[in-house]
Amino acid sequence: MSVGIAIENIVKEFPIGSSDTIRVLHGIDLEIKTGELTYLIGESGSGKTTLISIIAGILYPTEGRVNVFGTDIYDLTDTELVNFRLANIGFIFQQYNLLPTLTAAENAAVPLFANGVDRDEGVDRGCEILDALNIRDQAEKLPRQLSGGQQQRVAIARALIHEPRLVVCDEPTAALDAGSGRRVMDLLREVALVPDRAVIIVTHDNRVFDLADRIIEIEDGRITHDGKDLPDGH
Amino acid sequence: MSWIALKMLTGDRVKFIGLLFGVAFSTLLITQQLTIFVNLLMRGGNSVLEVTTADVWVMDPASRTVDVHIPMPATALDRVRGVNGIAYASPMLTATAVLRTPDGDLESVTVIGVDDATLIGLPRDMYEGDREALFEPDAVFLDDTGSRRLFEPGSQMIDTRLELNDRRAVVRGIADVTPTFTSLVMLYTRYSNALRYVPGTRNRMSFVLVRAAEGVDPAVLADRIEAQTGYKAETREQFNRAGVDFIIENTGIPVNFGITVALGFIVGVAIVGLTFSLFIRDNIKQFGALKAIGVTNRKIRGMVFTQAAFVGMIGYGLGLLAAELFFVTTEPIDTFKGFFMPWQIPVIALVAVAVMLLLTGYLALRNVLKTEPAEVFR
Repeated sequence: MSVGIAIENIVKEFPIGSSDTIRVLHGIDLEIKTGELTYLIGESGSGKTTLISIIAGILYPTEGRVNVFGTDIYDLTDTELVNFRLANIGFIFQQYNLLPTLTAAENAAVPLFANGVDRDEGVDRGCEILDALNIRDQAEKLPRQLSGGQQQRVAIARALIHEPRLVVCDEPTAALDAGSGRRVMDLLREVALVPDRAVIIVTHDNRVFDLADRIIEIEDGRITHDGKDLPDGH
Repeated sequence: MSWIALKMLTGDRVKFIGLLFGVAFSTLLITQQLTIFVNLLMRGGNSVLEVTTADVWVMDPASRTVDVHIPMPATALDRVRGVNGIAYASPMLTATAVLRTPDGDLESVTVIGVDDATLIGLPRDMYEGDREALFEPDAVFLDDTGSRRLFEPGSQMIDTRLELNDRRAVVRGIADVTPTFTSLVMLYTRYSNALRYVPGTRNRMSFVLVRAAEGVDPAVLADRIEAQTGYKAETREQFNRAGVDFIIENTGIPVNFGITVALGFIVGVAIVGLTFSLFIRDNIKQFGALKAIGVTNRKIRGMVFTQAAFVGMIGYGLGLLAAELFFVTTEPIDTFKGFFMPWQIPVIALVAVAVMLLLTGYLALRNVLKTEPAEVFR
């Protein structure tokens, strides 16, 4: 295991009103290792989603540096950053955010299409990864024809199809029942966790805390717990 | 990504049909109204265009169109004939008269007197009867549209006696004529007959129709006639244009049709803009997710442009087809006789649709481009 992501003194402020700002993250330093399933936990409003957005390169920090596999991502131009995300980061969203008019296989292959892969090849590779996630038989279906758990598997397929080095997940089990949530997290651990990949999951679903290799708790924009075990009170 | 954009677009059938309807309706309204407008305007010059045997029309300097003219003395004909470069010059008379139909109705008609010897001034084609029949005593030809107004369908028209300003006239033929702007029934007769039918003042001759000798440029000849006779002389094209210009300058038609065309555009923008905005708003999360994954704004713009172009092409095609169908199906109706769609009108409609879609696409796109990728995590 090596350090994949290093963030230094991350501060994030959001404007409120015309002149005031609110500080959401207060100088966070953190290193994330590859081959680990890292959970970011905390109450709503604690700053965990802001932190994961900054780590994923979709929200500029007010201060600080974010190094993802050797690249200071906020030193990149906008276009370079977008291309960096496309090549290196996989996203799993709480509400899946699948394109409703694309089939499961097509949805899974969206990062490939964005990279210029042609439709047939993309769909073939989409089917392959759906096979690995045990939903090959759903490949031709539209998202609305799938259950929540199946949709999240398609979202996982989409996050992994281009073999990114960092996978970020925002509350991947929040919209699922306990059984489906557990199965999705088991699957995520099984297929996403490889030695040279970092996986960060924002969650407050304590039903799946036992699957984490590392749990980081954030409160009021500061890290209050960092370890293999659950923080006190959970 | 283009095919993804199209699947996003066509996947929502209701909005897709709404967009198509908006573009097609606008195209239909713009092309149909512009075509009617242009053809109505062109009717201002139809009387000129029907006379294919005249290169130059000579008239009193105060005359403006076939319908708005001041008669000239009979000597004008000889003065024009004295100009070099003329193959022949013939008199023409146009005036209004009152016609009593066989069933007793009164109808205002335009009497057109053509050259007694050569019949120069008659329309080129006959709908029924023979041109030579006009040499018979009291012979008149009706225009086909007017004849259908005067007679019941299927009734005998040829050889029917009419009263024209209380004088005997016998229908000997029906001329195939595109209606004029005034839409009055047109009645053709020989010049000498027309002088009898239309009581008038000392000056009776409306125009002198001139054919240029071989190798003589009609425009040059018109200038020469003006210089030598003091009358106004216009080529066929110039006089046709004068009839069109007269309608533009003296009627509210351009304004009214302009308003309708503008309304068609505005309605199109409203329908397309609203539907496109709804479509984009419904997909804003998906666009946000695409941006987070790594789809550049350039590609997003390309996707929206593809969607707009696809809707535009199909909607435009449907609208144009509907407009064409309208004119094909209404062609037998006299009101629309001779109507055609000049190529410039589809081009204008295409530009209008392109502007409409660029405008609405830009407004819809602004929301997408403003969406921060981080929004998908909130």
